[in-house]
This record gives sequence, C-alpha cells and structure tokens, in this order.
Amino acid sequence: MATEPLAEPAGLQGPAAWEEEAERDRIHGMGPWRLGLRRLRRNKVAIFFGVLFVVLVLSCVAAPIWADRVAHTTWEENHLSDTITVDGKKKNVVSLDGVPIGPQYFKADGKFFLGADRNGRDVMVRLLYGGRNSLMIGFGAAFITVLLSIILGVIAGYFRGWGDGVIRALLDVLWSFPVIILAVALGVALALGGIQLGPITISGDSLAIPVLIIGVVYVPYMARPIRGQVLSLREKEFVEAARAQGAGSLRIMFSEVVPNLSSTILVFFTLLVANAILLESSLSFLGAGVRPPNPSWGTMIDEGIDRIATAPHLTIVPGLMLVLTVLSLNVFGDGVRDALDPRAKVRLEH
Amino acid sequence: MGRFIVRRIIQMIFVMFAVSVLTFLIFNVIPNGDPAVRMAGRHESASTIKAIRKEWGFDDPLPQQYVTTMRKVFTGDLKSQFTQLPVGEEIKKGIPRTFSLAIGAALLWMFVAVCFGLYSAVKAGKFADRFLTIIALVGISMPVFWIGALMNYYLGFKLGWFPNGGYVEFGTDPFGWFSHLILPWTALAILFIGFYSRVLRSNVLDTINEDYVRTARAKGLSERQIMVRHVLRNSMIPIITLWGLDFGAVIGGGAILTETVFDLQGVGQYAADAVGQLDVPPVLATTMFAAFFIVLLNAIVDIAYAYLDPRIRLQ
Repeated sequence: MATEPLAEPAGLQGPAAWEEEAERDRIHGMGPWRLGLRRLRRNKVAIFFGVLFVVLVLSCVAAPIWADRVAHTTWEENHLSDTITVDGKKKNVVSLDGVPIGPQYFKADGKFFLGADRNGRDVMVRLLYGGRNSLMIGFGAAFITVLLSIILGVIAGYFRGWGDGVIRALLDVLWSFPVIILAVALGVALALGGIQLGPITISGDSLAIPVLIIGVVYVPYMARPIRGQVLSLREKEFVEAARAQGAGSLRIMFSEVVPNLSSTILVFFTLLVANAILLESSLSFLGAGVRPPNPSWGTMIDEGIDRIATAPHLTIVPGLMLVLTVLSLNVFGDGVRDALDPRAKVRLEH
Repeated sequence: MGRFIVRRIIQMIFVMFAVSVLTFLIFNVIPNGDPAVRMAGRHESASTIKAIRKEWGFDDPLPQQYVTTMRKVFTGDLKSQFTQLPVGEEIKKGIPRTFSLAIGAALLWMFVAVCFGLYSAVKAGKFADRFLTIIALVGISMPVFWIGALMNYYLGFKLGWFPNGGYVEFGTDPFGWFSHLILPWTALAILFIGFYSRVLRSNVLDTINEDYVRTARAKGLSERQIMVRHVLRNSMIPIITLWGLDFGAVIGGGAILTETVFDLQGVGQYAADAVGQLDVPPVLATTMFAAFFIVLLNAIVDIAYAYLDPRIRLQ
C-alpha cells in the first residue's frame, strides 16, 4: 500500500505527465472482459477454431448463392429424368437403373459438385442448406435453454422457499432421463400432432419442433449450476447495497445478479450450441428430429448410411462438416472458459 | 446406516413416481389434439382410434388415465401398435444384449480414460498433453452413429477384420460374442473417453498440489508410487460417481444409437425401431425403463458413498 504514489512523479509536467497518468489508468482499469479477451487472443488454437467456425457458418449462410449461381437448382428440386453435360458428353443425373451420379466437382460447371441423391437432388446444395438448418436448430435450441435456465435458476436461487423446492424437484426428475431418450420421447409425442397451445400452432414437421425439444432437454444441466451461483451471489455485498438503495427484487435479479452470470452463460452457450447440433443429428438419425424432405446434417448422414456401400461420401461429407463445426465450437468454448473463468465446471451430457 | 438406506429408498420411490407421471404427461397430455390418434401412429383409421380410446380410457379423468396406463405398463399388458407383440417380452429379450454392450464399453472407456487422463496430467502443458486434449475434444464432437457406421463399413465390411454388425449369444459362442462386440464397444467408448480423460486430468492436476502428496514426496516415495497410490486414488472418486450414472444412462437407452448402427437388437434398438414407426407404447415403456434405471443407480451410488464416507450419512 505504501508504494502507491500519492503525488505526481517529479520531473514530468504538462502533457507528458497526463500521458503517463492515462497509461497508468489504462492498466488499472482493465475489466475482466478485457483481461479475458487478452488471454483468449494468446490461445492460438482457440482462435484458429473460432475462425474456422465463422468460415463454416458463412459458407452455410451463403447456400442460396451457391444454389442460384453455381448449381442452378434448389435443395428440394428433383432431377430424376434430367441430363447434365460433363466434358461435352451428356449424362443422366440418375441412371436408368436408379444409380445417382457421383461427385462431378467442377466438371459440370459446379452442378452436382458432390453428386446427386436418390431423388436426383444436388447433394452439395443440400449439404449447405442442411448446415443452415443444423446451425439454426443449434443456436435456437441453445437460446431457449439459456433463457429457460436463467429464468428458472434465478427464481429458484433468489427466492428460495417453496418455489425453489418445486423447480429443483422438476429439474431432478428431468435429469433422471437420459438426454437422448427424453428428446426421442418428446419427438415421437410431437411428431404427429405438432403443438397446439392456445393460438399457437406448430405443425409436426416444422423445424421449430426439434428446436423446442432440444432447448428443453438441456435445461437441467444449465439451470442447476445457475441456481447455485445465484444462491451465493444473493448474499454478496453489492446485492445488499442495492437492496439498501431501495431496489426491488426484479431489479436486483436482472441488473445485479444476471450480469454477474454472464461469463457462465457465455461459456454454456457455446457448448450448448455444439451439443444441440449433435443431438439434432442423433434425433434425425432416429427419425424423431428434422423431417424429410428438409435437409440437415443429421438427416443427410441417415440417408447416406443406407447407401454407404456404394457411395460412402454421402455419409462422410455431412459427418465431417458436422464434426468440424462441433469441434470448433468445443475448442473455442474451452478457450473462452479458460480465458474468462478457469475454475468453472461446465459439463453437458449427450 | 440403516436409517440412511431407508430414507434414500423412500426418496427413490418418490422420484420414480414423478418420473412415471412425467412420462405419462409427455405421451397423454401434451397439448396437440387427440392422444388416441397419436397412439395409433401411422395406422390411423376411425375404428383403430376408437378401439384405442376405449382401451386406454382416454375419455376418463386424468388420474384414472394415469392408473390405466401404469397398469398396462406393469402388468405386461402393453402391446406394440405396429407388431402387436408384448412390449415387456421384447424389452426382456434385449436386456442381455444391452448389458453386454454397456459393461464392455464401460470397462474400456474407464481404462483408456485413466491412461489418457493421467498421462496428459503428468505432461501438463507439453505437446503430448495438448495433443491428447485435442483428441479428447474430437472424441466428444463426433456423433456416435456416424463413427460407428464408418467403422462398421471400413473395418467390418471392406477390410473384413470384424463381423459386419449383428450379435452372437455368449453362451453359444464366446469368441463370436467378443468379436461382434469389439466395434460397438469402441464406438460407444470414444465419446466417454473424451469426457473422462478431461475430467480426470483436471482432478489429477488439483490433487497434485495437496499437502499429503508433498508429504509422500518428502518421505521419499518413488514418483510412480505417489502417482498411483496418492494422486490417482483420490482423483478417481468423482469419476467413479460419474461412471455409475453414465453406466445407468447407457443401459437405460443411451446406447440407442450404437445398437442401431451395429444391429445389436438390444433395448435401445427396440426403442429406435419403434421411433421409426412412431409406435408409442414401446417408446413409452423404454423411456420409463431408462429413467427408472438411472434413478436406481443414483440411489445405489449414494448408498455406496454413505458406506464409504460416514459424513454423508449424517447430512
């Protein structure tokens, strides 16, 4: 404490002194986010995978460009009886005995870059659109999980009492189901009728169904740690100070407690997106997720496995896209966690 | 100890009751129209739907419906809408297969994860550690049915090193049983190896700084003895808990994907086939079976802990 300089250092006057003062303030004033960002920037592996993820997302976002400008088709258009020109020769997209064309790369000007599927649809176009669906489901489901977990966790941890008891019991019961089994059960229950809740109707083959299901099943894994953190945060001095200033419960919860959860929420979010994409593929593989003809990486792997002996690339390529996406999120999320809160214990189950 | 066990069992029964209510709610009450239509699955016709409504009592009040459903589940009266075979019998047929898969995979993933986790903790920060960390992350980023299908195709079908799916009874041909299960064990274990080696690595790194480890080193024990006797033993405790729970989850249907890809015809594949047909009764039964098993293993793990650590009993 005694080393803290009380007066300006002698010898420096005017702008030079101000500059030095500003410099000192800069170092002292570095918040946890800035520090975290600096640590993250040093983690080259995490940055590499973060960039890879952005590239993957952008290429899926650009799916319509590839479909319109290069492949000249859509994700659902069948080309069963069409022909394409490869090296000046005409070829059937699907041969007369039902075998679809293999990968053409750029031989047909980008048409059927990865070949066709059984209905003569362009696999590359479906791969990109499927990626869009998988990513949308991943982000949508993670968003729902985060929202529900914050609401349940904060209410349970902040008010305690019987509300806490009810929420905790509910989470415990949900936690007793293996994630995939609960998701499959909900998928089967919702597949035929969809959801009709008052004015809201969601049909059974809508993409919103897997988003909702995956969003719900991961809630116990996030809401419990959030509740635990809220329990300890509510006893902190700054909450007491806010209460002394006359802040109400809602205000304390959302402007004092929730901001302090933000690093946990951020770390959970990246890992949730990764796990939601994985769970989507598993559900689609079992037939309880994305419904054909909608493409997703999961449905494409499922369709590919049926033909693995004649066309293994139909299994390998969508799987690789999925693994790269999930892996980059996992590595990046790991880096974010190490940078922000190295002691955080975050675990999700598959 | 006796009181603790009784209390824990009562608690377990309550959770099982809640689990059965939740399962019932998922299939009978979710707000999307007629549960009888849903139950009829892909075979809806006016007469089937009418018969189902009568059989399951969908016009009765909810508590009555709950009792009807549970009676069907527990008396073995539950039949598949698709094949008309009794669900209980089919699940019983699948259990030895699912157990074979789960036990072998659990032993494999525990053994490999301990080796990986310990090695990367000892080499913390070095190249080997970073490499193993990336490998572990790759392991948890792969869909099990994808890697399973590729293994089955390349190692089983193309190279012919392993049988291409299917299951052989241990009693009829122990060697065939083993060779049919090698690929499924590996595929299922990959994911868990990723998880466990990471958890073990961080546990070992925490334990290494404990006072008793320094004491052991000061006593002049060899590095190997310190690692195995003092560090590993204490780092294993949280892992063993996880192990119990994950084992329960795998038995209870966590292997649904692995079984389907390798055509093992266990409980998981039974559920998966029913999902494909939107056949509600088997899905309902396997969902409850899965959750019951996890609740049961949870209780067993807790009781084992209380036996090992008297402090827990007094809480």
